[in-house]
Amino acid sequence: MVSDSFAIRTEDLRRVFRAKRREAKGEKREVVALDGVSFSVDRGELFGVLGPNGAGKTTTIKILATLLSPTSGRAWVAGLDVTTDSKAVRHHIGMVSGGETSGYGLLTIEENLWMFSQFYGIETNVARKRIQELLAVVGLADRSRTKIYHLSTGMRQKMNFVRGFLTEPEILFLDEPTLGLDVQTAHTLRGFVSGWLAEHRDRTILLTTHAMHEADELCSRVAIIDKGRILACDAPGVLKRELQRDAIFRLRIADLGDARAAVGAQPGVSRFTQTRSDDGLNVDAILTSDGALTGVLGSVQAAGGRLLSLEKREPTLEDVFLHVVGHGFDDEAREGGSE
Amino acid sequence: MAMERRRGVTWRSFRTATWLGWQIESNWADPFVFAIYSLVKPLSGALILVFMYAVIAKDGLGSPLFPGVFVGNALFIYVPAVLAGISWTIMDDREHYGMLKYVYAAPVNVLAYLIGRGVAKALVATVAVVLTLLLGTLALGVPIRFAAIDWPLVAAALVLGSAMLALFGILLGAVTMVTARHNYGVGEAVAGGLYLLCGVVFPLDTLPPWLAAVGRALPITYWLEAFRRALLGQSAASFAGLSDVALVGIIAGSSVVLAALATVCFRLAERRARAKGLLDMQTMY
Repeated sequence: MVSDSFAIRTEDLRRVFRAKRREAKGEKREVVALDGVSFSVDRGELFGVLGPNGAGKTTTIKILATLLSPTSGRAWVAGLDVTTDSKAVRHHIGMVSGGETSGYGLLTIEENLWMFSQFYGIETNVARKRIQELLAVVGLADRSRTKIYHLSTGMRQKMNFVRGFLTEPEILFLDEPTLGLDVQTAHTLRGFVSGWLAEHRDRTILLTTHAMHEADELCSRVAIIDKGRILACDAPGVLKRELQRDAIFRLRIADLGDARAAVGAQPGVSRFTQTRSDDGLNVDAILTSDGALTGVLGSVQAAGGRLLSLEKREPTLEDVFLHVVGHGFDDEAREGGSE
Repeated sequence: MAMERRRGVTWRSFRTATWLGWQIESNWADPFVFAIYSLVKPLSGALILVFMYAVIAKDGLGSPLFPGVFVGNALFIYVPAVLAGISWTIMDDREHYGMLKYVYAAPVNVLAYLIGRGVAKALVATVAVVLTLLLGTLALGVPIRFAAIDWPLVAAALVLGSAMLALFGILLGAVTMVTARHNYGVGEAVAGGLYLLCGVVFPLDTLPPWLAAVGRALPITYWLEAFRRALLGQSAASFAGLSDVALVGIIAGSSVVLAALATVCFRLAERRARAKGLLDMQTMY
């Protein structure tokens, strides 16, 4: 047990997966999922880990939830070492993984949730009351007696969300909790999460997400992770303020196939992403100053592109991500990201 | 305080898993189909053996070996049910229900949980065993006399045997924990091997000496012998020299050894599963 006040702390956490390569017998391929991850989360905080798929978010949660051993480094949850005190850690935590269809299909929603409450020693009448309240939040109150195998993926996910909050854990890990949910439900759940934390000020939530707006809306601090490394960690407002010295523009360009040369290679462009839409390219560019825009526009015109719209905007977490990582979330942006 | 908390966790884990196991076991079909299945499966199994014996054995069902064979076969119903039931829980929870990781992230005593999940299987097996024995007594002339049953020996064999089979299940669970889905047959394969080696349907001495030696090293052999003595008042020639107390002592002693072995192996398997990320493995073969 460590005598710090942190709810969660990691120190140089590293995790390497080794998989046998089918094409080369006996040879093992190594994938570094986490590469020296260190951060701490205060008690009562809603801390976000933001990164694209494969960045190491879920691996981090699995280690903290005692499901996976780190290859090296250490981590503490509620002051307890997740490797040596894993059983004790489990009394303090809860976990919800998004995009999953888990659950005992032959049980009803209520039975599934009640069963889990029993593992935590919650009295049946208390559990049933909480179950009804939480099911009402996620819009499943009228389906409590429905068997799990009758539920859609989204409904199962809502049930799993309820399971995470049912036991009112001291520290809750939410791994992409709104993944695959419709916009309205995701919005409701985000509202519930911030309300729950406001009501339970001694509780802590670690949220992983690749939804920038989710992290921006919910988290008091955010760690940006990519390829197993934390590249920035601070309050979203602070991270965004650091970009305010730069100029951020959104350009909509027609008749241009690729913006790498016309935008990315221009002097004064520190980062950019491009996504295709029906009428052309949407380009977000971080410029070192407003003056660099003249060169960009000239270059777009010279390449045959037609500027449909131009907007200067305030930095978002997406811009912060682009700035610190060097590419956007999707593959196209990854290819197009400039240095 | 810590001890009390541990006891609380163990009891809750066992109780909840027992409830869950029963829900899964009894709800996969409507009650009528479930009842028919529970009746037909063991009775068919017993009748297959009876007809084979009637055809193959020189004296047919009148053979002095038949009652011991019938009782051994009836009691053996417990073995695959409990062994496969406990070890399969790992695979089922991990790959079918996707819940093993949530069980592991909760304050659950996993060994108590697995044993709890095996209880429902054992209860269904008990119905099958009782029905099979009734069939044997009422229709096939198996000489089980209610008044002559050695009840203390039955109780000892039931209690110790349940523990022993559960520990075997845990041992297999350790194997299942670190293997992929295509290993689903591990419980049934081991049960098949035990059917051969434990003298269930023929005297142990008919096996080649080295196989008979393996059979003598297995506690299930002694457990079946205890039931034959308790129910029929007769024992196999191989164990004639063993007193009832010695027999129970062997089952108890081997259960203690098995408990240590199962616990160590399961903990090692858990450690390996955490190291290799197998607790939420989805092989999807």
